[in-house]
This record gives sequence, structure tokens and C-alpha cells, in this order.
Amino acid sequence: MTNPYIPILIMGGLALLLGVGGLAASAVIGPKRYNKVKVDAYECGIQPTPHAVGMGRFPIKYYLVAMTFIIFDIEVVFLYPWAVAFSELAVFGLVAMMGFLFLITVPFVYEWRRGGLDWD
Amino acid sequence: MDTLNLSWLLIAIPLASAGVLLVLGRRVDRWGHWLGVLASAASAAGAIAMLVELLGRGAADRSVGVHLFRWIPAGDLNVDAGLLVDPLSLTFVLLITFVGTLIHIYAVAYMEHDTDRRRFFAYLNLFVAAMLVLVLADSYALLFLGWEGVGLASYLLIGFWNYRSDYAVAAKKAFVMNRVGDMGMLVAMMALFATFGSVNYETVFAAAEGTNQGVLTLVGLMLLVGACGKSAQFPLQAWLGDAMAGPTPVSALIHAATMVTAGVYLIVRSGPIFEGAPTAQLVVVIIGAITLLFGAIIGCAKDDLKKALAASTMSQIGYMILAAGLGPIGYAFAIFHLVTHGFFKAGMFLGAGSVMHGMGEEVDMRRFGGLRRYMKVTYATFAFGWLAILGVPPFSGFWSKDKIIEAAFVGEGWRPLVFGSVALLGAGITAFYMSRLFFMTFHGEKRWNDGHSSTPDTAIARTPVQHPHESPRLMTVPMIVLAVGSVALGGLLSIGGVFTSWLEPVTGVVGDHEPVLPVWLLMTLTLAVVVVGLVLAWRQYAASSVPVIALAGSVLTRAARKDLYQDEVNDGLLVQPGQYLTRSLVYGDRQVIDGAVGGLGRVMVRLGDVTRRLQTGYVRSYAATMTIGLVALVAVVLATRI
Amino acid sequence: MTAFVPPEIDWAALTPILIVLGTAVLMVLIEAFVPTRVRRAVQTVLAVVALGGALVAVAWRWGVVQSQGGSELVGGALLEDGPALFTQGVLLLLSFAGVLIIADRYQGEDAFAPTGAAIPGSTYEEEARRAGLVQTEVFPLTMFAVGGMLVFPAAGDLLTMFIALEVLSLPLYLLSGLSRRRRLLSQEASLKYFLLGAFSSAFFLMGMALLYGYSGSIRLSEIAKAVPAMAGMDSLLLAGVVLVIVGLLFKVGAVPFHAWVPDVYQGAPTPITGFMAACTKVAAFGALLRFVYVVTPGLTWDLSAFLWGIAILTMVVGTVLAIVQTDMKRTLAYSSIAHAGFVLLGIIALDVRGISSVLFYLLAYGLATIGAFGLVALVRERDAEGNITGEASHLSQWAGLGRRSPVLSVCFALFLLSFAGIPLTAGFIGKFAVFSAAIAGGAWPLVVIAVLASAAAAFFYVRIIVLMFFTEPATTADGRETTVVAGEGLTTVAVLLCAVGTVLLGVLPSPILDLAASAAKFML
Repeated sequence: MTNPYIPILIMGGLALLLGVGGLAASAVIGPKRYNKVKVDAYECGIQPTPHAVGMGRFPIKYYLVAMTFIIFDIEVVFLYPWAVAFSELAVFGLVAMMGFLFLITVPFVYEWRRGGLDWD
Repeated sequence: MDTLNLSWLLIAIPLASAGVLLVLGRRVDRWGHWLGVLASAASAAGAIAMLVELLGRGAADRSVGVHLFRWIPAGDLNVDAGLLVDPLSLTFVLLITFVGTLIHIYAVAYMEHDTDRRRFFAYLNLFVAAMLVLVLADSYALLFLGWEGVGLASYLLIGFWNYRSDYAVAAKKAFVMNRVGDMGMLVAMMALFATFGSVNYETVFAAAEGTNQGVLTLVGLMLLVGACGKSAQFPLQAWLGDAMAGPTPVSALIHAATMVTAGVYLIVRSGPIFEGAPTAQLVVVIIGAITLLFGAIIGCAKDDLKKALAASTMSQIGYMILAAGLGPIGYAFAIFHLVTHGFFKAGMFLGAGSVMHGMGEEVDMRRFGGLRRYMKVTYATFAFGWLAILGVPPFSGFWSKDKIIEAAFVGEGWRPLVFGSVALLGAGITAFYMSRLFFMTFHGEKRWNDGHSSTPDTAIARTPVQHPHESPRLMTVPMIVLAVGSVALGGLLSIGGVFTSWLEPVTGVVGDHEPVLPVWLLMTLTLAVVVVGLVLAWRQYAASSVPVIALAGSVLTRAARKDLYQDEVNDGLLVQPGQYLTRSLVYGDRQVIDGAVGGLGRVMVRLGDVTRRLQTGYVRSYAATMTIGLVALVAVVLATRI
Repeated sequence: MTAFVPPEIDWAALTPILIVLGTAVLMVLIEAFVPTRVRRAVQTVLAVVALGGALVAVAWRWGVVQSQGGSELVGGALLEDGPALFTQGVLLLLSFAGVLIIADRYQGEDAFAPTGAAIPGSTYEEEARRAGLVQTEVFPLTMFAVGGMLVFPAAGDLLTMFIALEVLSLPLYLLSGLSRRRRLLSQEASLKYFLLGAFSSAFFLMGMALLYGYSGSIRLSEIAKAVPAMAGMDSLLLAGVVLVIVGLLFKVGAVPFHAWVPDVYQGAPTPITGFMAACTKVAAFGALLRFVYVVTPGLTWDLSAFLWGIAILTMVVGTVLAIVQTDMKRTLAYSSIAHAGFVLLGIIALDVRGISSVLFYLLAYGLATIGAFGLVALVRERDAEGNITGEASHLSQWAGLGRRSPVLSVCFALFLLSFAGIPLTAGFIGKFAVFSAAIAGGAWPLVVIAVLASAAAAFFYVRIIVLMFFTEPATTADGRETTVVAGEGLTTVAVLLCAVGTVLLGVLPSPILDLAASAAKFML
């Protein structure tokens, strides 16, 4: 009963229960009355059309934005631990992070200049 | 000393000439062939100068290394390019350049009407250069370069008339079978390098004594594989008959006098290795014995003049290989027979070419007969060659072949009796088939259409009209020179053992060995079987009439006509399994994997969307291969643990 | 918890890598700011100068390593030693030739699609072609790939190795899909390469995780130290080693991880195929050499069956399938698979001589490969109206080429002879070195198979030569013929460089063999 991985296992079980349970519960007990507004795209995303463009494929621009998003997302993921250990890493950490941010910026500039951020 | 330092010129001159002829192209068509002759003659002159130089030295100083440059020098991998001039290599150089020059001269006339004569001479020069590299090399690496070079030249020359598809096939066959031999050479070289750290003769031979016998046996056997490929020995002999597709001067130079004897050279040169490996030596003798009978039997049934001569070459080289396998007592005689054979066989091939020249390129001996009245010079020179190969005293062959038979009878136990008897039997069969060839061509009644006498035999009347005539002077003179060699060379070189003592620094002392039977008895026996063979042939092919269309013949005759089924055996043993392997691999790659997984893809095709899904199926099949491979590999590695 | 100590960074030792990667970043900015007209010229000059400069830097570092011995850089993530520098030198030399071929164009058209993103055959693509658009992104992508390749054989830990693997692979996935002609085939190749490459990366990562689990470190030297103490955890170690090796074998195209090679080599733009076939293989073998020689010497007995099996399969399958191909690029692809098998022999030898022979073989193979593909790119089809279209890659279209373009054909024959390992070419010396190293390592049965395979392989190389020189040229029913385009001369320079190298290495291999031998001495 001393295995340190037990709490993690319990945590995983809880996460699974919450995710699946929520979906299952809403499917079982939620009322189902649809109208046009309710099945519409919610908050973000693009309007589905009856005859999808290019056999149901999303426009390629969508992927460009999505990828840009992921890149900056990952940048932030790196920034967090750096911020936590900032004082310990000192100048080395600062220089390394600035270099990283510069390298991220270069392709961003490229994308911007070549019109990758224009929707039309 | 100076002469020897210039020995690289012997190689460079014909090579340069070949280069000039190939690069300048049609522009030199008018005089290109004479340039080729000149280059070969220059090499011959150089060789004679070197002979004079060597003869002026004591026997111990006759081995001279000529360092050229470092070819592959780095750390452990040291290969120097250098030449080795000693009695053995010089003997070969003299044979190659002298006989080569004669054949060059002959070819000027023989190839006169060929539009590509210049290219032919370029290839011949290339061959001479490569062959000289082969015999003059001082290491196995450089020898291999020459070895590949003569292979290339031989390939080019066999396929010289490559507009005939069967000739091109013959060239390819020779090339492929030679590659099998080359493989043996390469393995031998690698093994030598791994054992001795060098492929130089000097280093290897110095270290060979006291080396593990297993290693030496491996090396010896692999060298033998190489020798078999190049010298058309059993079981790699099949290409030689087909190689007769090349122009006749090529058959005389490459496939009778020089290149095919490279295997004998290799074995004699590698003597120190073979002496440390008795098993390998025994295999050499057995291969030689099998081939000498094999070739002789095939020779009895062939009706194609050149192919019968090719079978005889195979058989005679069998004698040399047999002698080379006997160790120091045989080396000198192997080389001696090689030299005399080089003369009389080249002479006979040139004679055959002359006959073909006079008979409109006909090669079927059943359509010759009675030609002695029309081609007197050819007849006389051919007759000397014929007597020489039979071993009739005092012609050349007697001095060399008789010695090999004697040497085969030396030893203890079963070996002298078996190998001696084979050699003796071979001499009898040789007498039969060579006499058959000779009588069918030059004696008996005419079996060709001379245009005016109304022959009752319709088979003859239907063939084109022939006007047999003697060949031009340019062709007959080389034949005469070679015939003189066939008559006198053997005797001259035997006086006082001149030749054997000349080779002694390389091949070792022959010494005195008593055959198991007395020498006079052996000589009598040999002469007796030769006479029996000759008389049989006379009765059947000169005294009685020869049918123009070959009879069905016995089982043995039919087998011999088909080269004792060697093509069929090769086909069954090598070609077909290879094809199956190829096919199944191709099938495996394209069908099994794609089929299994692509089958899924095909089901989906019916559901919709054609191309994209199918391609996904393919990638998936690749991924499946990778996964299956990975799982199998992990399983293998983990299994070795258990 | 120990305090954080920043790693020492020896910037001087990093110069070759920094030059290449820095140039790549600069090239991205050029793409962003420099006007379209001059972009191609600027990028070409920059690429050539950067690669040349990096080569000089490698030579300088070579001198330093010769006098002071190898060292660990950036806290052991990178290593600077003989094999790493030699491999980097070979890579830079080959990419120099490769970039020249990539930059070459004929009648204003290079080998790449005007816009890679357009749907094949669409009007948009046609308009882009008419407008003369050029995808100059090819240059930064190539430079990034070269940068990854430089790091790959110098990596000191598995994580660096993995990142290098991805840095070199991702640009290549993209480049494979950019062929100007046969767009669908090219895109298919790109997708296949990407999917399978991702798959094999997963193997590599999994193996890395297992090795970390076994030894508690991703540093190669640490793992090697942990190998002798493998009681009870050996399956973890062995499975990890096998998975990492498989990840690397995928990149070199060893059987059974070869399936992508023919499809990708055929589909990719030919200059990229040449670059990829030569440089990726060199880099991946450099990494494999390091991993096998550093980590596995204690595991020889366990791994020999595995490595022998792979080597035999690779040689036999590569050779046999090459014989039955009818497409020039596929033939060369299968031949490159067979060559991977030959190089594996030197790796199996596990001997100093093995290292130097592998290094030499890679150079010999790389030169012939870049040269051969460079020539393939010049041989084109011409339709009945005289328009030059795509490459004439079917073997039958090469018939009789020797009469019309003797120089090109002689060069191509030279590269084929080098592939076949005929004396007086670089390939012969390479084969000789690798085979004798393998025999010294006790792998003589493998050598017998290798010699057999190369004998069989000689057949199809000679067949192509015969086809070029001794066969009548064929014209198809619709009047298409084969012709040779000249380009702007860059390809000619590159091919001549390769041809001269191939002959020089065959006739006077001593300086380079010496170099390789002393490189092997400085292995960390």
C-alpha cells in the first residue's frame, strides 16, 4: 500500500470518470430540443455549408492560423517554467530565452510579410 | 637495370595505342590497324630486351621488383602498385607479346573487310595491356586489376559482332561466369589481407609458411574458383565454347594462347600458398583431371571446327592445372606445356581461321573434306600443330605433355595410378579427336559444293558454291612462324633442361622423382595410346566416307554434342533458383504485403473515394512491414538472451 | 538539490553548425523582405558561401582536434571528435554539390513547383507558372536540413540526436513534395515519407525512453557505462537498443525499413533526391556509427544475429529488386538500399578500421550518388512539337544516349562503375576497405554474401552502360524522344566535381584514407 503511483492512478480514474460521466449524463438526462441556432457553430470556427468546399475539407488558411496558434501556445509552455526558475537560471536563462523568442519571431515575421495572416 | 625499370612501358604502349584508336575514331581508320600491330611489336621488342638483361644475371638475381607508386597507402591498408619481373612473368610476357604480335599481323588481313577493324585493334591492344598487367603485377590487387581488364577485353571481343543476338548472349555468358570466378578472387584477397595484412606476393609468400592450414586451404580454394572461371575449368567451363563467337584471331589469342591460361599462372604463382594446403592442392589436381577428360569427350563429338578446338583447349588446360596441382615437380612442366600449347594451338586456330576464310565462313567440319589440295600452306602448318598436340616426337607437345604424364605418375598410394591413368587416357582421346578434326577437314572426299561436278548428294548441292583458296601472305606468314614453333620450340627448350632451370628461381627445384612405373614403359604406353587413337580416327574419318548430316549417335555422343549438358546443369542449379528468388522477392514486395493490406484498401475503394484511400492503404502496408520487421527483430534479440 | 550550473559553451567549436543554421535563419528573413526578382540569386550565393565557410570552419576545427584531441561541448550534448568532423566535412562537401544542382534551372524553370500549395493541375497553378513564381523557400529548407545533418553524427545524447533527426527530416518531407512535374507522384511521396518518418521517430523515442528507464540517463556514454550491470533489466536495455537502431536504420533505408525509399526517391524532385540520398545517408550512418560503437560493444553477442540479418536482407533485397526495375530513379533507389547493406558491414566490424572504412565509403558513395542524380535531372523528354517536358526516367529512354551526349554518358558510366566497385574508381576502394574491415572483424560469411551481391549488382550497372552505348535509341509511338538539356552550368560544375572526386579517390585514395584513419583514432 506504499506504491507512490497509486494516487496518480486514482487521479486518472477520477479524470476519466468526470469526462465520460459528464458526457454520458448529459446524453441520458439532458432535454433534446434542437433549433437552428443551437446546432450552429459555437463561439469560434467556421460556418458549415451544405456543400462543403473541397469535399468537406477546411480551407488551408484555417490550418495556418491553427499552427500559428500552436506555436505560440508552446512558446508560453516554455515561458512558464522559465518564469518559475527565473532567479536561479539568472543571466544564462535570460539569454537563452531571448534567443528562443527571437527564433520564434523570425518565422512569424515571414508569415506576416507573405500574407499568411490575411484571411482573404 | 635500366631496361627493367622501363618495364612499365610494355604496358603503357599498347594501352596508349588503344586509347588513341578509340579516341580518334573513324579518322584513323586508314592506318589504325598498323598502329595496333606496331604497339604490340614494340612491347615484344621490349620483352626481348628484358630477356637479354635477365639472362645476363645470375639465377639468384633474376627476380626484380619495380616499384611504381603507392596505390592505396593509409594506415593498415597498404597497397603498392609495383611490377615483378622474374623468369615466370617474363615467360608469359614473351608469349603474350610474341604470339600477340603474330596474331595482330594475321588480323590485319583477316579483318580487312570489317568496317570496324580499327575498333577491333583497339580492343586487342587493350587486351595485351591488361594481360601484361596481370602477369607483371607484384600483388594480388594489381593482378586483379589486370584480371578484370582481360575479362572486359574478352567480353568486348566475343561480342564484337554484337548485331548477332546469339553472339551478344555468348559475350554476356562469358562475363557472368567470369564474375563468379572473380568473386572467388575477391574473397581470397580479403582473406589474405585479413591474415597477412597485405596482398603483396613477397609479404604473403614469406608469411605463408607456418600459417594456419585452414586459412591457406580457404585461400587456395578461392583462388582455384578464380582460376576455374578464367581458365574454363570444371564446373565453370561452359562459356568457352560459346566464346568462339568472337572473330578467330580473338579465339587464337585470348581463348587459346593467353587469357585462358591465366588460371594456370595464378596457381603456379601462388605456389607457396598451395604447398601449405595439401587439400587445396588435391582439389586442383582433381579439377584438372576432370576437365581434361571432360574437354576431350566433348571434343570427340563437336562438328563445329572452332568449338572442337575450344574443347581441346579446355582439355589441354586441364593438363596444365593438373600439373600445377602436383606441386614443384609439376610447376615447370605446367608452364612449359602452356608455352608450347600457346604456339601450336594458336597456330591451329589461325589455320581454322584460314579455312573459314577460304570456305565462306563455314565452320561445320562435315562440309569440309579434301581441302589439303586447295590450301597447301594451311594444311602443312596445321599438320605440324596436329602432330605437336598429339605428342609425337620430336614435335613440341611431346616434350611438355609427356613430362606431365610422367609427373602425374609420381607419388605414393592411389593418386599416381588414378591421375596418371587419367592423363594417359586423355592423351589417347586427344589423339582421336584431333585426328578426327584434321582428317575431316583436310582429307577424305569433298563434301562441299564446288559448283560444276553434279554430286548425287542433294544435301551438298543445296549449299552455296565454295571456291576454296589459300589465304593471303599476311595470314600465312604468322601461321608459318607458329608452325616452326610447334615443331622445334619444345625440343630446343628441353636441351639440357634449359627451360626448367630458367624457371627454377620461381618454381623451386624439380629434383629427381621416380614414377611408379619405369619411364621407358610410360613413354611406350603413351605413344601406343596415341597411335591407337590416330588409327581409329583414320579408319572412321579418312578411309571411309563421312556423312554430311550428323547421325543421331549414341547417348554419349549426344551428351557430348550438348557439352555434356553443362548449360542444363547450370540452368538448373543457378539460373532457375536465382529467377525464382527474384520473382518471389518481387512478388513479396509488390503482392504479398500490398495484397494483404491493399486488399483492405480495395474493399474501401468500393465504398467511395478512389485514389486517396488506396494510397493510404499503401502507406499502411509499408508501416505494416516496418512493424512486423521490428517485432521480429526485437523477438530475435530477446530470444538470444534466453 | 544541487544548484544550477550553466554549461560551458565553446562557441568556437560550434562555428560550422552555427554558420549553417544562422544562414538558414537569415534566409527566412530574406524570404520575408527581399523583393521576388533578386531572391533566387541572393539565396543561391548565400547558400554557397555559407556551405563553403562552414567547410573552412570544419577544416580549422580538424586542426584543433588533431592537436588537442576531441572534446565534449555544451555539457556533453554535442561532441567534437574525428568521426564527427570527418562526417561533417563530407556532408558539407556533398551539400555544396547538392545545392548547386538544386539551384540550376533550364529556360528559367527550376526543378520545383511554382507554388507548392496549389492543387495539382488547377488553373491557379498554371497561372503561377506563367507568372514565373519561384519557391525560393527551397534554399532555407535545404540549409535547415544540412544543419540537422551536421548535428546528427555529433550528438552526445539521445535527445540531441532526436532533435537533429527531426530538424533534418521535416524540411526533407516538404522538399519531396515540391516537384515541378508529376505533382501527384511528388505529393504522394511527401506524404508517405512524412507518415513513415513519424512512425520511425516514434520507434526512436520509445527506445530512448526504455534506455532512460534502464540507465537513468540519455547521455550515450552514461548508457554505455550502465551496460555491464544489466542483471534483471536486460530486456529493457536490449529492446531499447533495438528500437533506437531501428529508428536510425529507417533513415539509411535498410530492409525491412526500406519501403519508402523507392517511392520517395522517385517522386521527389531529382536534385532533392540526390541531396537526400547522399547526405541523409551519410548523416544517419554517422549517427548509427556513434551509437553502435559507443553503446553496444558490450552487447555484441546479443546484437550480432540482428545486425547480420539486417545486413544480409538489405544487400540481397536491394540488389535483386534493383535488377528488375525499369525506372532509372527506382533502380538507383534500390541500389542505394544495397549500398546501405554494404556500409552496415563496416559498422558490424566493430573495429577502428571499421570506422575509417565506413567514413571513406560514405564519401565515395555520396559523390557518385549526387553526380548520378544530377545527370538524371538533365535527361528529359521532348514531345513531337519539340517542347521539353519532364525527365526521361524510363530505362528504355536512355538507350543510345552515349552517341548523342558522350560526355554526360561517360560521366554517368563512371558513377555506375563506382557503384559497381570496379577498380580505379572510388567505389572499389570503399568496398575493399569495408570488406576487409568486416573480415578482420570475423564477419567473413557476410563478406561472401556481399561479394556475391556486388557481383550480381555489377550486372545491372553494366546493363545500363550497354544500354547507353550499344543500343539504338528508341522513339515512342507519339513521337516523344529523349534529349539532354544544358541548364545554366551549375549542374555541370557539380557533376564534374563529383566525377573528378570519384576518379581521384579511385586512383590516389591515400590522402583521404589517411584522413579517415586518423579521424577514427579520435573517436570519443
